[in-house]
Amino acid sequence: MLNALVAFLNFVFVPGLAYGAQLALGALGVTLIYGILRFSNFAHGDTMAFGTMVTILATWGLQSLGISGGVLPTALIALPFGILVTALFVLGTDRLVYRFYRKQKAAPTILVIVSLGVMFVMNGLVRFIIGVEEQAFADGGRFLITAGDFKAWTGLKEGLAIRTTQGITVVTAVIVVVALFWFLGKTRTGKSMRAFSDNEDLALLSGINPERVVQVTWIIAAALATIAGVLYGLDKSFKAFTYFQLLLPIFAAAIVGGLGSPLGAIAGGFVIAFSEVTVTYAWKKVVTYLVPADMAPDGLLQLMSTDYKFAVSFAILIIVLLFMPTGLFKGKSV
Amino acid sequence: MIAVDNLHKHFGGFHAVDGASLEIGTGSITGLIGPNGAGKTTLFNVIAGRLQPTSGRVTMAGEDITGLAPHQLFHKGLLRTFQIAHEFGSMTVRENLMMVPAAQSGETLWNAWFRRGAVAAEERRLRDKADEVLEFLTISHLADQRAANISGGQKKLLELGRTMMVDAKIVFLDEVGAGVNRTLLNTIGDAIIRLNQERGYTFCVIEHDMDFIARLCNPVICMAEGKVLAQGTVDEVKNDERVIEAYLGTGLKNKVVGHA
Ligand SMILES: Nc1ncnc2c1ncn2[C@@H]1O[C@H](COP(=O)(O)OP(=O)(O)OP(=O)(O)O)[C@@H](O)[C@H]1O
Ligand SMILES: [Mg+2]
Repeated sequence: MLNALVAFLNFVFVPGLAYGAQLALGALGVTLIYGILRFSNFAHGDTMAFGTMVTILATWGLQSLGISGGVLPTALIALPFGILVTALFVLGTDRLVYRFYRKQKAAPTILVIVSLGVMFVMNGLVRFIIGVEEQAFADGGRFLITAGDFKAWTGLKEGLAIRTTQGITVVTAVIVVVALFWFLGKTRTGKSMRAFSDNEDLALLSGINPERVVQVTWIIAAALATIAGVLYGLDKSFKAFTYFQLLLPIFAAAIVGGLGSPLGAIAGGFVIAFSEVTVTYAWKKVVTYLVPADMAPDGLLQLMSTDYKFAVSFAILIIVLLFMPTGLFKGKSV
Repeated sequence: MIAVDNLHKHFGGFHAVDGASLEIGTGSITGLIGPNGAGKTTLFNVIAGRLQPTSGRVTMAGEDITGLAPHQLFHKGLLRTFQIAHEFGSMTVRENLMMVPAAQSGETLWNAWFRRGAVAAEERRLRDKADEVLEFLTISHLADQRAANISGGQKKLLELGRTMMVDAKIVFLDEVGAGVNRTLLNTIGDAIIRLNQERGYTFCVIEHDMDFIARLCNPVICMAEGKVLAQGTVDEVKNDERVIEAYLGTGLKNKVVGHA
């Protein structure tokens, strides 16, 4: 029984939690852009890739100087630099590209297509600079708890391993989310952003400078994207194409939660992550612990192969939109 | 205070404002009347920077303000309310009012972190101010309600309340009285007169209620089909042949005209 629980924690809960946190951070960026700039930013996945790339380069730089984070990954020291460069890049893009369309009061669909263009440019840029291969850049301690240690402590047959990167992911996500909600709820600038998202006309009439709100939004989105990207890359590995693929679960998370709703983005992130992990996990092990030996299943008890994991996001997305068109947390209807 | 010079606003081939010229004198409460679709709201939208004019000029105290953005005009002391009330639906009524004065010490992140005392004092001052305004408008009991949930008439009062949060120079009111009951309408009228006399606000008021206009406004401007039809005291305008034909109708000369 306990063994079944441990196996569940080890293979479903912990990975789901870490993945959910990464998706939630990604979806927060998407949802903020949607709330303020009113379009779905297809370049967000590649913004994550860009931020991660800069952070990786900075990490290598630090490592070559002999600086390391000790037990923690060096990438955490490089992260602020990655955020800074990404924020500048994104602000530059806004200045050069989006602002032009904003001035024209372009329709959201046009902005989506524009972001698609930006996506391709960033995509090419990242592949040009760092290449298409996989890059592992996690260093420092590998595990918070190893399966062996866990078995020794508890005397159970099944081990629970928690990787350092999973721990870091969850802790960082909590800090970032708390900071973001403090900012949106308590500071004047954060409140202006909420006001702007609520009712743009009225926000302008209340003397809120739209360009400033837009800039702050881009900076926050860039920071969220970089953090999400680096955490994902530390946990798995960095590959430009994977980040492009992440766009689907991230959008699914943001839409399921309700586009424009920060709380929804977080909930959506975990909904998608846990669905994906549960559906693609082979439950044989857990079930074997639970049922008498002679009833042990022969098959893997895997609902879908991991190759289909993106189909899961898509299915959840459609199911939620059918029953709750504005998402779990009542975002703006899409 | 405000001078509008040969202003045009076309939507495709349709001339919503078609060469309007008018002046709003400093310290006046100018009434703007006219039939539905006369272009009154469109004129407000252009003056207040929500729409770009097709051609023409708007000046404020001699300074060209044509095409400035609403938030820039806000900082010059030009405010307006919406005919269809707008509100920050996810915030409380009090928070709605507290959003208005944009330039404050809490504006920078630096202050939010390091000068919490000053920011907190500012917040308290704003809060008191908001409560004062709510009391004035007799909607104190709504302070902590979500703005999305209050009634249409109450939203109208909230609209007026926003203009009382800062020291405005000129306020454009687009049918603040529509959907508000009689007693409250009188209260609003009193508020406008007091703001005008005690705080020196200039007003331009769109209303279909001629009693309300007669009580408050001098001069009155009548628009029809995007043009200024007549201008003068209430009595002059009410008795103007063209105004009667286009708006008030015969036999209604001294009667109240129903709401839109
Ligand atoms: N954005 C727009 N696009 C196209 N036509 C518009 C637009 N805004 C207003 N109009 C048209 O311009 C005309 C004037 O409208 P406006 O709202 O200014 O009238 P109004 O004088 O305020 O009327 P009411 O007393 O009913 O409020 C109307 O015929 C309206 O249909
Ligand atoms: Mg109107």
